[in-house]
Amino acid sequence: MSEEIKQTDQKRRGFLGVAAKVAACTYALLGTGSVLSAVAGKKSFPTEDYEWTEHNWGYAIDATKCIGCLRCVEACKNENGVAKNAHHFRTWVERYTWIEGEDKPRVDSQNDPGNIAASGSEGEYRFDDRYKDMKVVKSYFVPKMCNHCKDPSCVQVCPTGATFKTKDGAVLVDKKYCIGCQYCVQGCPYAARYLNEEGQHADKCTWCYHRITKGMNPACVEICPTGSRMFGDYNDKNSVVNKFIRENRVQVLKPETGNNPTTVYIGLDKEVC
Amino acid sequence: MDIHALFHASPFTGYVYPNETVVPWSILIVIYPYMTGLVAGAFTVSSLYHVFGIERFKTVSRFALITALCFMVFVPVTLLSHLGHPERAFNAMITPHTTSAMAVFGYVAAFYVCLLALEIWFIFREDIVAGAKAASGWKRHIYRVLTLGSYEVNETTRHYDHKWTMALAIIGIPAAHGLHGYVGFLFGSVKAREWWSSDLMPVIFLFSAVISGVAVMIVLYAIVARIRKMKIDESAIKGLMLTLWAFLMFTVLLELVEFGAMAYRAREGTEVIMEYVSHGPMFWRFAVIQIGLGAFVPVIIMSLMVLRGTSGKALLVGTLVSAVLVLISVLFMRYNVVIGGQEISKSMKGIVHYEPPLWGREGLLVAGLILMAPLGLYYLLTRIFDPWHIKTHADDPVTY
Repeated sequence: MSEEIKQTDQKRRGFLGVAAKVAACTYALLGTGSVLSAVAGKKSFPTEDYEWTEHNWGYAIDATKCIGCLRCVEACKNENGVAKNAHHFRTWVERYTWIEGEDKPRVDSQNDPGNIAASGSEGEYRFDDRYKDMKVVKSYFVPKMCNHCKDPSCVQVCPTGATFKTKDGAVLVDKKYCIGCQYCVQGCPYAARYLNEEGQHADKCTWCYHRITKGMNPACVEICPTGSRMFGDYNDKNSVVNKFIRENRVQVLKPETGNNPTTVYIGLDKEVC
Repeated sequence: MDIHALFHASPFTGYVYPNETVVPWSILIVIYPYMTGLVAGAFTVSSLYHVFGIERFKTVSRFALITALCFMVFVPVTLLSHLGHPERAFNAMITPHTTSAMAVFGYVAAFYVCLLALEIWFIFREDIVAGAKAASGWKRHIYRVLTLGSYEVNETTRHYDHKWTMALAIIGIPAAHGLHGYVGFLFGSVKAREWWSSDLMPVIFLFSAVISGVAVMIVLYAIVARIRKMKIDESAIKGLMLTLWAFLMFTVLLELVEFGAMAYRAREGTEVIMEYVSHGPMFWRFAVIQIGLGAFVPVIIMSLMVLRGTSGKALLVGTLVSAVLVLISVLFMRYNVVIGGQEISKSMKGIVHYEPPLWGREGLLVAGLILMAPLGLYYLLTRIFDPWHIKTHADDPVTY
């Protein structure tokens, strides 16, 4: 190698070396930050006196008992400050109605323009009586919400880890860390997520995490007049969810997605989507 | 504040889940893969000369690199404008969530931008040094900074620059195409959406990227040549046309195979998709514009030109028309994938009817401005880097 090449090489290598060191230091600094926050997060969550490793929450729905009163939808919005419009819901109820002579059910939910017109407000919900002059063969309601899956695709796709699975089984969003890319909204097969328009972060059902960690039921369970919605601890053999699973042959929604939903149902029909 | 002012809700038919009436990924996410595609395609053109040594692309090889950089700079702008919290965007890089297909985007994109900038620097280094010595005024200062303190130009440095250019160009091929294939994977891996969930998606994205990039080179070359009153290099145009022709045929085939397979598999709910594609706006967007006008017509035009050995003005006009049609086709393809996938409800029982708003952060106006911004940057960059006067040998192709 000639002297000239060596000199040029050395000059450039020197520059590249400095650049590499700067990059390494920056990365190390950033890395330390995330390690510190991980250590800080070791405390029990969300409060000192709640031990999230002791619980394994679950939700059960008996669709045969649902009367479509939609108190759960309103209670949820009131309890969690969900925007009162026809486009953002943490829980909803679907109405399936089979009309004589038709081979598929007609489906609607409380956000349907007809139902919004019936309630007279986007913040209150009623099912209208659109089928009253038709021959209805069968009709039923199916409450829907986040299934708090064991293998949630929303958590899988989140680029920052802002959405996560808690140790007690809930899928939550850290609204202060979410970048609002909405990949999770795309990834949820149940369409249980939405963008919180005011906070500009992903949002969803939390099982009223602020309530369940204080020993209370989620608002939707609390208000359900027929006991169609049930909530309990899978770690407790006598809990309502364990009893429900023991006494019934249960199913989950969209098992083919591999999401492993923890919310179990009875009373679903083949057309329920 | 009225909460309705914050979002754009769409009407629907059939049954769609209540949260689906607000389409999460808007027109900005349509132009995001469109722009990365243009980058990958333009880079392909430069690689055809730099790496594969096809001489006829020499005229446009530097032009292609500068174009790729101009578009790449604005790719993150589409995403940042879309994010609910753009100021937190670096969370994905500081604490990447390893299972997320999106988490490494920042790294992939940053790597590619650095690679592209480095390659351009090595290729133009001799021009930069010359500029630092000869230019006057503000240009001189810019050139001086760009030299990074290295003013040496001799046989040794030329050899060194050339070696680096080659290495970067070779790494750039998997990097540019990886970047875009990755964008295809972002969509193809979403199991919740039948319209996206396909193994062919990354491949289709790649092929359509190449055709859109080649097409944009043809169109921009014709425009720039006209403005600068340059004589168009017919050999380069013919080469670009042949590349476009070959890749376009593959792209159409892949798109039809994907759609055909989905229709033939006919899984639960496919009838909603078939109804959606055969009637309503998707028929125009997909069947008529994307496939018919945007793909079949240019395939026919270019096949005829190849068969008849068309040359001269007719070749230029035919190639230009084909390129414009392909650019429209790929833009519609991006729209049909991104928006189309979200219009088909996850319930598989209904369709959301999304109409992009004109105004607002996620409106057509902002999207159009971002799509045009690279042309402004191109104007500025070419004040510094002249892609048309290839005097040096730094960008000679690999000799085999």
